[in-house]
Amino acid sequence: MAETAERTATRKPSEMFPARELSSGAFLADREGLLGILFLAPAVLYIIGLVGIPFFLAIAFSLSDATIGDASLDIVGFRNFSRVIQTPQFRRALFDSFFFTIVAQFIVIVLANILAVVMSRDFRGKWLARTLIILPWATPISLGTIGWKWILDSKFSPIDWVLQQVGLLGGPDALLGPGRHLTYLGVEGLAVSSVILVHVWRILPLATVILMAGLTSIPRDILEQAQVDGAKFWRIHFQVSIPMILPIMSIALLFGLIFTFTDMVVTFILTRGGPVYYTQVLPLWAWFKGIDGGNLGEGAAIALFMFPVLLATAILILRSARRMEVT
Amino acid sequence: MGVVELRGLRKEFGEVKAVNGVDLSIQKGELVVILGPSGCGKTTLMRMVAGLELPTDGEVLIGDRNVTALPPRARDIAMVFQSYALYPHMTVFDNIAFPLKARKAPKEEMAQKVEWAAGILGIQRLLARKPRQLSGGERQRVALARALVKEPAVMLLDEPLSNLDAKLRVSARDELQQFQRNLGITTIFVTHDQIEAMGLGDRIAVMNAGKVRQVGDPQEIYDDPADTFVATFLGSPPMNLLERNGHLLGFRPESFLPLEVARGDREKVTFPFHLGRVENLGSDRLLYGTVEGAERNRTISKLPSTVEVSVEAGETYDFAVCRADLRYFDKESGLRKEPPPREGG
Repeated sequence: MAETAERTATRKPSEMFPARELSSGAFLADREGLLGILFLAPAVLYIIGLVGIPFFLAIAFSLSDATIGDASLDIVGFRNFSRVIQTPQFRRALFDSFFFTIVAQFIVIVLANILAVVMSRDFRGKWLARTLIILPWATPISLGTIGWKWILDSKFSPIDWVLQQVGLLGGPDALLGPGRHLTYLGVEGLAVSSVILVHVWRILPLATVILMAGLTSIPRDILEQAQVDGAKFWRIHFQVSIPMILPIMSIALLFGLIFTFTDMVVTFILTRGGPVYYTQVLPLWAWFKGIDGGNLGEGAAIALFMFPVLLATAILILRSARRMEVT
Repeated sequence: MGVVELRGLRKEFGEVKAVNGVDLSIQKGELVVILGPSGCGKTTLMRMVAGLELPTDGEVLIGDRNVTALPPRARDIAMVFQSYALYPHMTVFDNIAFPLKARKAPKEEMAQKVEWAAGILGIQRLLARKPRQLSGGERQRVALARALVKEPAVMLLDEPLSNLDAKLRVSARDELQQFQRNLGITTIFVTHDQIEAMGLGDRIAVMNAGKVRQVGDPQEIYDDPADTFVATFLGSPPMNLLERNGHLLGFRPESFLPLEVARGDREKVTFPFHLGRVENLGSDRLLYGTVEGAERNRTISKLPSTVEVSVEAGETYDFAVCRADLRYFDKESGLRKEPPPREGG
C-alpha cells in the first residue's frame, strides 16, 4: 500500500494524463491553414458577391444591348460607349463630375484646415462646437439634401428673405437685382454653386475630424521647438504641421474625392441634373439612362467611365496608408 | 547682474504649485544644472525661461531685458528638448537652418552658419539625411547644432542625454562640456541624474517640491548639503542620517570606515556598527547595518576595494568618522545647523 502511494507521488503529470486528453481541445486551433481559410471566407464571399459579380455584370451589360425589358446578353461590342459619348448630356456629366469633385474638395481642404486648427485650440464650448461640426456627417445625405432643397427653394428660400430684409434683393436699386427671388436651382451658375456648396457641407465634417486627429498626433515638443526656433503661426502651420499631417490629409482628400465623385443623391434631390442638364453627373446620368430609361447597356457604359478614376484613387489611398505605417 | 535672472518665479496648475518661488541668477558663460527628482518643477522652471509657460507670478530677465510676457521667439534663447524634436520631414540641413529661415536670413549666411555649426559638432556628412536615418547620438548633435546657429544668449537643455544608451552618455557628456566651454554659451541644463549634474555643472541648483533647496558648485553641494533632502538626494549610496541627542547627524558612507583603517591624526568619532549584510560591487564593498544606541539608523559604509579589512555579517565592529566630516541637521526642519559644542561620539 505504502509503496503504491509513493509511486503515484513520483509519477510525472504527463504519465497520469495521457497526451490525447491534453491536446484534443487544441486540435482545430492548431491548424493555421484551415483557420485562415475559415476566417477569410466571409470576406471573400462578400467581395465576390457584392463587388465582383456586379462589376463583371456591368462590363457584360455595357458590351450588350440589354434593356430592362430584355436582359439577354447579345454582345454588340463598343456600340454603347460610342453612342453615349456622342451625347452632350454625357459630356456635361463627365465634366461636371470632375468639376464638382475638384472644386468641392479644394474648398473642403482649405476650410477643414481652418476648422481643425480652431478646434484643436482650447476654448469655452469646444465640445458643443465639435458636435455641431460633426452633425452633417451623422445626418443621412438624403435628409440633409432635402433640407437644403428647402433652403434653396425658388419661392420660399430663407436666404432670399434675409437678402430682402437687408435690402440687397427685391428693391428697385438693390445690389442683387429687382426680382424677389434668385431661384438658386433654376439658373446655371447658381445651381452649379449650390450643388458644390452642399457637397462641401457634407464632406467638411469628415475632413475636419481627420485633420484634427492628424494635428493632435503631432508631438507637442515639435510645435514648441518651432516656437522656440522663432517661427510664427503661418510658418509653423505650413512648414511643420501640414507636412507632418500630409499622409493623413491625403486620406481625407481621397475619401472626399470618392464620396463626391460617386454621389448621385445630392444632384438627384436638388436639381435632378437640371436646369436643362447643367448639373448632370456620371452616376446620376447612368441611373437615368440605365434604370429610369431602361437601357441597361448604355447605363452600364456610362457608369464604367467612373472606374478608372475610382481605381486610381483607391491605389493612391492604399499607398498613402502604407506610407503612414512606415513613418 | 547675470545673463538670466529669475525673480520670485511661481507657477501654479490649479491647486498644484509646480514652481513655488524661485530666485536664481546665472552668469555669462556659465553652465548651471537644475537637478531634482521627477515632478520637482525643474522642467516647468525651464519652460518658463523659454517662454513656453507663463509664470503665475515673478519675473524672467534675459540679458537685462524683462521677457516675462514675451513669446519664445522674442527671447533670444535656444532649446534642446529631451526628444530632440527634430522636424521629421526635413533634412538635417533644413532642420539646422530652420531658426535662420524663421529669422529670414539671407541664403548665403544660412549655408555658412549651418556649415559652421555642423562642423563644430562633426555632422557635415549627415546634412542630406532625414532624422529617421540617424542614430540617437547623431540626432542629439543635430538638435545641438540647431540650437547653436541661433547664437542665443542662453541655451536651454532639457535632459538631452537621457535618450542615449549608458556608454554613449558618458562620451556625450564629455563632448557637451567641451563644446559649452569652448563656445562660452550660457547654458541651463535640466536633469534628474546626479552624476550628470556633478560632472557637467559649474553650479548646481537642487530643486524639490517647486523650490530651489541649494545652489552651489558640485563639491559644495556634495560636502555641505543645506538640508536633509540635498544630503540624501546626492551621493550613491546617500548620506547616512542618525538621530541622536535630538538632532540629525549626517556622514557620507565613504567617510564611515573601520576604526583600524581610519588612520591619520584627525579627530574621530567612533560608533559601534552592527553589520547586517555585505554587498561586493567589485570596486567597492557596501556594508549595510545599524549603529547601536541610535534611533532611525539604517547605516551604510562604502569601503573601496583597496581596504582589505575582513568583515562578517552578524558581527559588531568599531567604525569611525572624522569629526570634520560630520554634518548636523535640525530634526524638525531638516535644515543644516552648526555642530553643537563638544558633543557626539
